[in-house]
Amino acid sequence: MLIVLNGNEKEFEDGLTIFQVLQQLDLHPQRVAVEVNREIVKRDRFTEHLLQDGDVVEILQFVGGG
Amino acid sequence: MTQDNALHDEPLKIGDITLHSRLIVGTGKYKSFEETERALEESGTEMVTVALRRVDLGADDHLLNHIDPKKYIVLPNTAGCYNAEDAIRVCQLGREVSQSSLVKLEVLGDPDTLLPDPIETLKALEILVKDGFTVMTYTSDDPVLAKRLEEAGATTVMPAGAPIGSGQGILNENNIRIILERANVPIIVDAGVGAASDVTRAFELGCDAVLLNTGIAGAKDPIRMARAMKYAARAGRDSYLAGRIPKKLYATASSPQLDF
Repeated sequence: MLIVLNGNEKEFEDGLTIFQVLQQLDLHPQRVAVEVNREIVKRDRFTEHLLQDGDVVEILQFVGGG
Repeated sequence: MTQDNALHDEPLKIGDITLHSRLIVGTGKYKSFEETERALEESGTEMVTVALRRVDLGADDHLLNHIDPKKYIVLPNTAGCYNAEDAIRVCQLGREVSQSSLVKLEVLGDPDTLLPDPIETLKALEILVKDGFTVMTYTSDDPVLAKRLEEAGATTVMPAGAPIGSGQGILNENNIRIILERANVPIIVDAGVGAASDVTRAFELGCDAVLLNTGIAGAKDPIRMARAMKYAARAGRDSYLAGRIPKKLYATASSPQLDF
């Protein structure tokens, strides 16, 4: 499946959950917020939310700021 | 009363959070995460601000590796937002990462002045409060607006001393004093601090806390400046609590003037 991840198209195998995609990207699920098609997905749903071909996914984290 | 009790200061309450340090320190603009970590440590802060951005997939280190959640309360900001809608989205996303309803709302007017947009700020605040957020609200030093934000449910009102990153100190002490006189929520000077004396002055005026970032991170020696800010906060706060002498036109001798 092709996902638009933070503005860039990226290919993943079909049928992955958000949790699995985060693992593949080497991202800590406790340290990110995830939006799929502009809707926030709560952390406790990462392991059950299946991503679909064409999903627009935003993954955000904390960075330095004032 | 023991001496320790005599020198006691009430901790600062922000929502259900209790802070003993009255400095809130930003984590932006440091040369490295190691420098960030050391500056925060030296400042004595217990609350640090962070921004929310897209993940950097190539990064081999992460800010949160250097911020011990047992030592610091993480305060997500809405930096980079120029309207209420974006700011609300960033608050909602920040809540997912921090798993806390505490946010710093800043909605700016334009990227040159970085001055707060009062209308969008108030609009965002009203919605965030309804959504259960604890909102520490950045604003200009306008006393009328500060009161409106308090009435709309801001947990703290945070007037700028001067524009963000400008290092000009507190430009309008009279406005800060009016805000303080009429406030029923903690007032935190946020932005504009350039030197330790600016922090001291904010506390002498009666501010409850100071939030700063560039004043430390942009100094030639950020670690030493972090320490200076810590002492400045304590000095200013004690000076305020101790109650300064009134300013007078004529001299008052310190030594006895009779019986030579």
